[in-house]
Amino acid sequence: MIETAAMICLGIGILFNTLGVIGILRFPDVYTRLHAETKMTTFGTIFLALGVILYAGGMLAGTGDNQYLTIAIHTAIALIALAFTNATGSHAIARAAHRSGQLPDPSVVDRLAEVKSND
Amino acid sequence: MNDIFFIAIAALGLLILFAALRLAIGPTAPDRVVALDTINTLIVGAMILLAVYLKQTIFVDVAIVYALLSFLGTIAISKYIGGEL
Amino acid sequence: MIRFLATTIATFVAYLFLTAGSGTIILWSESELIIGLILAIIVGIASYRIFCRTGSLRMANPIRLILLPVYAIIPLFIEMARANIDVAIRVITGNVKPGIVRVNTGMKTDLGMLLLANSITLTPGTLSVDVDDTTRELYVHLINVPDELREKNVVEARELFSFFNIPGWIRRIAE
Repeated sequence: MIETAAMICLGIGILFNTLGVIGILRFPDVYTRLHAETKMTTFGTIFLALGVILYAGGMLAGTGDNQYLTIAIHTAIALIALAFTNATGSHAIARAAHRSGQLPDPSVVDRLAEVKSND
Repeated sequence: MNDIFFIAIAALGLLILFAALRLAIGPTAPDRVVALDTINTLIVGAMILLAVYLKQTIFVDVAIVYALLSFLGTIAISKYIGGEL
Repeated sequence: MIRFLATTIATFVAYLFLTAGSGTIILWSESELIIGLILAIIVGIASYRIFCRTGSLRMANPIRLILLPVYAIIPLFIEMARANIDVAIRVITGNVKPGIVRVNTGMKTDLGMLLLANSITLTPGTLSVDVDDTTRELYVHLINVPDELREKNVVEARELFSFFNIPGWIRRIAE
Protein backbone atom coordinates (compact mmCIF):
# COMPACT_ATOMS: atom_id res chain seq x y z
CA MET A 1 0.00 0.00 0.00
CA ILE A 2 2.62 2.53 1.11
CA GLU A 3 4.92 1.32 -1.67
CA THR A 4 2.22 2.11 -4.23
CA ALA A 5 1.90 5.65 -2.85
CA ALA A 6 5.68 6.09 -3.03
CA MET A 7 5.63 4.78 -6.62
CA ILE A 8 2.92 7.27 -7.64
CA CYS A 9 4.96 10.13 -6.08
CA LEU A 10 8.05 9.04 -8.02
CA GLY A 11 6.02 8.92 -11.24
CA ILE A 12 4.65 12.45 -10.73
CA GLY A 13 8.14 13.72 -9.92
CA ILE A 14 9.68 12.27 -13.06
CA LEU A 15 6.76 13.62 -15.16
CA PHE A 16 7.20 17.21 -13.90
CA ASN A 17 11.00 17.04 -14.26
CA THR A 18 10.56 15.88 -17.87
CA LEU A 19 8.15 18.75 -18.61
CA GLY A 20 10.61 21.19 -17.07
CA VAL A 21 13.46 20.03 -19.29
CA ILE A 22 11.19 20.15 -22.37
CA GLY A 23 10.25 23.70 -21.35
CA ILE A 24 13.91 24.71 -21.19
CA LEU A 25 14.46 23.40 -24.70
CA ARG A 26 11.25 24.89 -26.12
CA PHE A 27 10.60 28.36 -24.68
CA PRO A 28 11.78 31.43 -26.64
CA ASP A 29 13.77 33.58 -24.17
CA VAL A 30 15.67 33.33 -20.92
CA TYR A 31 12.86 34.55 -18.61
CA THR A 32 10.29 32.03 -19.82
CA ARG A 33 12.96 29.32 -19.57
CA LEU A 34 13.52 30.35 -15.96
CA HIS A 35 9.78 29.89 -15.35
CA ALA A 36 9.99 26.32 -16.58
CA GLU A 37 13.22 25.61 -14.71
CA THR A 38 12.33 27.01 -11.28
CA LYS A 39 8.76 25.84 -10.91
CA MET A 40 8.77 22.50 -12.65
CA THR A 41 12.07 21.05 -11.43
CA THR A 42 11.50 22.23 -7.85
CA PHE A 43 8.01 20.72 -7.82
CA GLY A 44 9.26 17.51 -9.42
CA THR A 45 12.11 17.13 -6.94
CA ILE A 46 9.71 17.78 -4.04
CA PHE A 47 7.63 14.83 -5.24
CA LEU A 48 10.72 12.62 -5.70
CA ALA A 49 11.75 13.40 -2.12
CA LEU A 50 8.19 12.76 -0.86
CA GLY A 51 8.33 9.35 -2.52
CA VAL A 52 11.63 8.59 -0.80
CA ILE A 53 10.28 9.77 2.59
CA LEU A 54 7.17 7.58 2.20
CA TYR A 55 9.26 4.55 1.21
CA ALA A 56 11.70 5.10 4.09
CA GLY A 57 8.79 5.53 6.52
CA GLY A 58 7.26 2.27 5.32
CA MET A 59 10.57 0.43 5.70
CA LEU A 60 11.06 1.96 9.17
CA ALA A 61 7.66 0.67 10.28
CA GLY A 62 8.39 -2.71 8.70
CA THR A 63 11.95 -3.41 9.84
CA GLY A 64 12.62 -0.94 12.67
CA ASP A 65 16.05 -0.10 11.24
CA ASN A 66 17.34 3.31 12.45
CA GLN A 67 19.05 3.91 9.09
CA TYR A 68 15.70 4.63 7.42
CA LEU A 69 14.84 7.28 10.03
CA THR A 70 18.12 9.03 9.19
CA ILE A 71 17.36 8.87 5.45
CA ALA A 72 13.87 10.35 5.93
CA ILE A 73 15.01 13.26 8.15
CA HIS A 74 17.98 14.13 5.96
CA THR A 75 15.84 14.03 2.82
CA ALA A 76 13.43 16.50 4.44
CA ILE A 77 16.36 18.83 5.25
CA ALA A 78 17.69 18.55 1.68
CA LEU A 79 14.18 19.39 0.43
CA ILE A 80 13.97 22.59 2.52
CA ALA A 81 17.46 23.66 1.42
CA LEU A 82 16.61 22.99 -2.23
CA ALA A 83 13.28 24.89 -2.21
CA PHE A 84 14.82 28.02 -0.65
CA THR A 85 18.02 28.07 -2.71
CA ASN A 86 16.30 27.37 -6.04
CA ALA A 87 13.93 30.32 -5.74
CA THR A 88 16.67 32.70 -4.60
CA GLY A 89 19.07 31.50 -7.29
CA SER A 90 16.53 32.04 -10.07
CA HIS A 91 15.90 35.55 -8.74
CA ALA A 92 19.66 36.20 -9.02
CA ILE A 93 19.80 34.87 -12.58
CA ALA A 94 16.82 36.99 -13.70
CA ARG A 95 18.32 40.14 -12.17
CA ALA A 96 21.70 39.45 -13.80
CA ALA A 97 20.07 38.82 -17.19
CA HIS A 98 18.19 42.13 -17.02
CA ARG A 99 21.30 44.01 -15.88
CA SER A 100 23.39 42.54 -18.70
CA GLY A 101 20.98 44.18 -21.14
CA GLN A 102 18.93 41.17 -22.25
CA LEU A 103 15.30 42.28 -22.51
CA PRO A 104 12.34 39.87 -22.61
CA ASP A 105 12.09 39.17 -26.31
CA PRO A 106 8.41 38.58 -27.00
CA SER A 107 6.93 40.94 -24.39
CA VAL A 108 3.75 42.97 -24.09
CA VAL A 109 4.84 45.29 -21.26
CA ASP A 110 8.17 46.02 -19.53
CA ARG A 111 7.94 48.46 -16.59
CA LEU A 112 11.51 47.80 -15.39
CA ALA A 113 13.09 48.95 -18.66
CA GLU A 114 10.87 52.07 -18.59
CA VAL A 115 12.05 52.91 -15.06
CA LYS A 116 15.69 52.32 -15.99
CA SER A 117 15.51 54.53 -19.10
CA ASN A 118 14.03 57.37 -17.01
CA ASP A 119 17.02 57.43 -14.62
CA MET B 1 10.57 -1.71 -5.64
CA ASN B 2 14.32 -1.50 -6.23
CA ASP B 3 13.79 -1.76 -10.00
CA ILE B 4 11.53 1.30 -9.89
CA PHE B 5 14.23 3.34 -8.18
CA PHE B 6 16.69 2.21 -10.85
CA ILE B 7 14.29 3.26 -13.65
CA ALA B 8 13.77 6.66 -12.00
CA ILE B 9 17.54 7.22 -11.69
CA ALA B 10 18.04 6.26 -15.35
CA ALA B 11 15.28 8.69 -16.41
CA LEU B 12 16.93 11.49 -14.42
CA GLY B 13 20.25 10.73 -16.14
CA LEU B 14 18.58 11.00 -19.53
CA LEU B 15 17.01 14.34 -18.53
CA ILE B 16 20.44 15.62 -17.46
CA LEU B 17 21.71 14.81 -20.96
CA PHE B 18 18.86 16.81 -22.55
CA ALA B 19 19.49 19.76 -20.23
CA ALA B 20 23.15 19.61 -21.22
CA LEU B 21 21.97 20.16 -24.81
CA ARG B 22 20.67 23.59 -23.77
CA LEU B 23 23.97 24.15 -21.94
CA ALA B 24 25.81 23.54 -25.22
CA ILE B 25 23.59 25.47 -27.67
CA GLY B 26 22.23 28.24 -25.40
CA PRO B 27 22.79 31.47 -27.31
CA THR B 28 23.62 33.72 -24.34
CA ALA B 29 25.35 33.31 -20.98
CA PRO B 30 22.16 33.50 -18.80
CA ASP B 31 20.69 30.63 -20.82
CA ARG B 32 23.68 28.50 -19.94
CA VAL B 33 23.33 29.39 -16.24
CA VAL B 34 19.68 28.32 -16.34
CA ALA B 35 20.67 24.97 -17.84
CA LEU B 36 23.40 24.53 -15.21
CA ASP B 37 20.91 25.25 -12.42
CA THR B 38 18.53 22.63 -13.84
CA ILE B 39 21.32 20.05 -13.95
CA ASN B 40 22.22 20.79 -10.30
CA THR B 41 18.61 20.28 -9.16
CA LEU B 42 18.32 17.03 -11.09
CA ILE B 43 21.60 15.76 -9.63
CA VAL B 44 20.35 16.45 -6.09
CA GLY B 45 17.19 14.44 -6.87
CA ALA B 46 19.23 11.60 -8.34
CA MET B 47 21.52 11.51 -5.28
CA ILE B 48 18.53 11.20 -2.92
CA LEU B 49 17.21 8.30 -4.99
CA LEU B 50 20.67 6.67 -5.14
CA ALA B 51 20.87 6.77 -1.32
CA VAL B 52 17.78 4.56 -1.12
CA TYR B 53 18.79 2.35 -4.05
CA LEU B 54 22.27 1.60 -2.68
CA LYS B 55 21.20 1.84 1.02
CA GLN B 56 23.99 4.34 1.76
CA THR B 57 22.84 7.12 4.12
CA ILE B 58 25.90 9.26 3.37
CA PHE B 59 24.58 10.09 -0.13
CA VAL B 60 21.82 12.29 1.31
CA ASP B 61 24.37 14.31 3.30
CA VAL B 62 26.35 14.78 0.10
CA ALA B 63 23.13 15.93 -1.59
CA ILE B 64 22.52 18.61 1.10
CA VAL B 65 26.05 19.98 0.75
CA TYR B 66 25.81 19.81 -3.06
CA ALA B 67 22.56 21.82 -3.05
CA LEU B 68 24.06 24.57 -0.87
CA LEU B 69 27.35 24.75 -2.81
CA SER B 70 25.64 24.79 -6.22
CA PHE B 71 23.53 27.70 -4.95
CA LEU B 72 26.75 29.60 -4.12
CA GLY B 73 28.08 28.81 -7.61
CA THR B 74 24.89 30.10 -9.26
CA ILE B 75 25.00 33.32 -7.22
CA ALA B 76 28.67 33.91 -8.08
CA ILE B 77 28.17 33.39 -11.83
CA SER B 78 25.04 35.61 -11.78
CA LYS B 79 26.91 38.44 -10.04
CA TYR B 80 29.67 38.14 -12.62
CA ILE B 81 27.21 38.29 -15.55
CA GLY B 82 25.33 41.20 -13.99
CA GLY B 83 28.58 43.16 -13.64
CA GLU B 84 28.50 43.45 -9.83
CA LEU B 85 31.68 41.47 -9.13
CA MET C 1 24.01 38.43 24.53
CA ILE C 2 20.44 37.64 23.46
CA ARG C 3 21.52 37.58 19.81
CA PHE C 4 24.28 35.08 20.67
CA LEU C 5 21.83 32.83 22.54
CA ALA C 6 19.33 32.83 19.67
CA THR C 7 22.05 31.87 17.16
CA THR C 8 23.39 29.11 19.43
CA ILE C 9 19.96 27.58 19.99
CA ALA C 10 19.12 27.64 16.28
CA THR C 11 22.45 25.99 15.42
CA PHE C 12 22.02 23.33 18.13
CA VAL C 13 18.52 22.45 16.88
CA ALA C 14 19.85 22.09 13.32
CA TYR C 15 22.64 19.81 14.62
CA LEU C 16 20.12 17.69 16.52
CA PHE C 17 18.03 17.23 13.38
CA LEU C 18 21.08 16.12 11.39
CA THR C 19 22.21 13.52 13.97
CA ALA C 20 18.82 12.08 15.02
CA GLY C 21 18.81 8.34 15.57
CA SER C 22 22.43 7.95 16.72
CA GLY C 23 21.97 6.70 20.30
CA THR C 24 19.82 5.92 23.31
CA ILE C 25 19.13 9.24 25.17
CA ILE C 26 15.73 9.74 23.48
CA LEU C 27 17.31 9.57 19.98
CA TRP C 28 20.84 10.93 20.45
CA SER C 29 24.04 9.53 21.92
CA GLU C 30 25.97 11.30 24.69
CA SER C 31 29.01 12.25 22.63
CA GLU C 32 26.87 13.74 19.85
CA LEU C 33 25.08 15.99 22.36
CA ILE C 34 28.34 17.27 23.92
CA ILE C 35 30.11 17.87 20.59
CA GLY C 36 26.98 19.51 19.18
CA LEU C 37 26.79 21.92 22.10
CA ILE C 38 30.49 22.89 21.79
CA LEU C 39 30.17 23.42 18.02
CA ALA C 40 26.96 25.44 18.47
CA ILE C 41 28.69 27.79 20.93
CA ILE C 42 31.62 28.29 18.54
CA VAL C 43 29.30 29.00 15.59
CA GLY C 44 27.22 31.33 17.80
CA ILE C 45 30.26 33.41 18.74
CA ALA C 46 31.43 33.57 15.13
CA SER C 47 28.19 34.47 13.37
CA TYR C 48 25.67 36.17 15.68
CA ARG C 49 26.27 39.53 13.97
CA ILE C 50 25.08 38.07 10.65
CA PHE C 51 22.27 35.83 11.91
CA CYS C 52 20.49 38.42 14.12
CA ARG C 53 21.24 41.78 12.60
CA THR C 54 18.78 43.98 14.47
CA GLY C 55 18.35 42.26 17.83
CA SER C 56 14.55 42.16 17.48
CA LEU C 57 13.15 38.81 18.60
CA ARG C 58 10.01 38.86 16.47
CA MET C 59 10.75 35.46 14.93
CA ALA C 60 11.29 33.76 18.33
CA ASN C 61 7.53 33.92 18.92
CA PRO C 62 6.36 30.26 18.82
CA ILE C 63 3.10 31.11 17.02
CA ARG C 64 5.08 32.48 14.06
CA LEU C 65 7.37 29.43 14.05
CA ILE C 66 4.32 27.10 13.93
CA LEU C 67 2.55 29.19 11.27
CA LEU C 68 5.56 29.03 8.92
CA PRO C 69 5.36 25.25 8.18
CA VAL C 70 1.55 25.42 8.09
CA TYR C 71 1.84 28.18 5.47
CA ALA C 72 4.38 26.16 3.49
CA ILE C 73 2.28 22.99 3.48
CA ILE C 74 -1.27 24.23 2.79
CA PRO C 75 -1.60 27.55 0.86
CA LEU C 76 1.82 27.62 -0.77
CA PHE C 77 1.63 23.99 -1.91
CA ILE C 78 -1.85 24.36 -3.44
CA GLU C 79 -0.81 27.53 -5.29
CA MET C 80 2.34 25.72 -6.48
CA ALA C 81 0.33 22.80 -7.86
CA ARG C 82 -1.98 25.18 -9.75
CA ALA C 83 0.96 27.14 -11.17
CA ASN C 84 2.76 23.98 -12.23
CA ILE C 85 -0.24 22.61 -14.11
CA ASP C 86 -0.65 26.03 -15.77
CA VAL C 87 3.01 26.15 -16.88
CA ALA C 88 2.85 22.50 -17.97
CA ILE C 89 -0.02 23.33 -20.33
CA ARG C 90 1.98 26.28 -21.69
CA VAL C 91 5.02 24.03 -22.24
CA ILE C 92 2.93 21.70 -24.38
CA THR C 93 0.98 24.33 -26.34
CA GLY C 94 3.71 27.02 -26.51
CA ASN C 95 1.19 29.82 -25.87
CA VAL C 96 2.95 32.64 -23.94
CA LYS C 97 2.42 36.43 -23.55
CA PRO C 98 5.32 37.47 -21.27
CA GLY C 99 5.91 40.88 -19.70
CA ILE C 100 7.33 42.64 -16.63
CA VAL C 101 4.98 44.49 -14.27
CA ARG C 102 5.60 46.58 -11.16
CA VAL C 103 4.16 45.24 -7.90
CA ASN C 104 3.51 47.18 -4.69
CA THR C 105 4.14 44.79 -1.78
CA GLY C 106 3.40 46.79 1.38
CA MET C 107 5.93 44.76 3.42
CA LYS C 108 7.87 46.53 6.17
CA THR C 109 10.71 44.09 6.95
CA ASP C 110 13.45 42.43 4.91
CA LEU C 111 12.34 38.93 5.94
CA GLY C 112 8.83 39.66 4.66
CA MET C 113 10.29 40.80 1.33
CA LEU C 114 12.38 37.60 1.10
CA LEU C 115 9.40 35.33 1.82
CA LEU C 116 7.15 37.20 -0.60
CA ALA C 117 9.75 37.21 -3.41
CA ASN C 118 10.37 33.48 -2.98
CA SER C 119 6.64 32.74 -2.86
CA ILE C 120 6.10 34.79 -6.02
CA THR C 121 8.90 32.92 -7.77
CA LEU C 122 7.52 29.52 -6.79
CA THR C 123 3.83 30.19 -7.44
CA PRO C 124 1.55 31.56 -10.09
CA GLY C 125 3.39 31.92 -13.41
CA THR C 126 5.45 34.78 -11.99
CA LEU C 127 9.14 35.40 -11.32
CA SER C 128 10.72 38.22 -9.29
CA VAL C 129 13.30 40.04 -11.42
CA ASP C 130 14.39 43.08 -9.41
CA VAL C 131 13.61 44.88 -6.17
CA ASP C 132 13.50 48.57 -5.26
CA ASP C 133 14.92 48.79 -1.74
CA THR C 134 13.65 52.26 -0.85
CA THR C 135 9.98 51.94 -1.89
CA ARG C 136 9.86 48.11 -1.41
CA GLU C 137 8.44 47.47 -4.86
CA LEU C 138 9.09 44.29 -6.80
CA TYR C 139 9.45 43.94 -10.55
CA VAL C 140 7.76 40.69 -11.51
CA HIS C 141 7.96 38.78 -14.80
CA LEU C 142 4.64 37.16 -15.73
CA ILE C 143 4.47 34.33 -18.25
CA ASN C 144 0.99 35.43 -19.31
CA VAL C 145 -0.03 39.07 -18.68
CA PRO C 146 -3.84 39.45 -18.42
CA ASP C 147 -5.32 42.47 -20.17
CA GLU C 148 -6.46 44.24 -17.00
CA LEU C 149 -2.94 44.13 -15.50
CA ARG C 150 -1.33 45.47 -18.68
CA GLU C 151 -2.86 48.93 -18.40
CA LYS C 152 -2.02 49.57 -14.74
CA ASN C 153 1.18 51.29 -13.66
CA VAL C 154 1.44 49.61 -10.22
CA VAL C 155 -0.21 46.28 -9.37
CA GLU C 156 -1.15 45.19 -5.83
CA ALA C 157 0.51 41.93 -4.68
CA ARG C 158 -2.87 40.36 -3.85
CA GLU C 159 -3.98 40.43 -7.51
CA LEU C 160 -1.23 37.98 -8.59
CA PHE C 161 -2.59 35.04 -6.58
CA SER C 162 -5.86 33.23 -7.17
CA PHE C 163 -7.03 31.09 -4.21
CA PHE C 164 -5.36 32.37 -1.04
CA ASN C 165 -4.37 35.77 0.34
CA ILE C 166 -0.61 34.97 0.33
CA PRO C 167 0.60 38.52 1.26
CA GLY C 168 -1.75 38.45 4.26
CA TRP C 169 -0.29 35.14 5.44
CA ILE C 170 3.26 36.47 5.08
CA ARG C 171 2.38 39.64 6.97
CA ARG C 172 1.01 37.51 9.80
CA ILE C 173 4.20 35.39 9.90
CA ALA C 174 6.96 37.93 9.42
CA GLU C 175 5.69 41.29 10.68
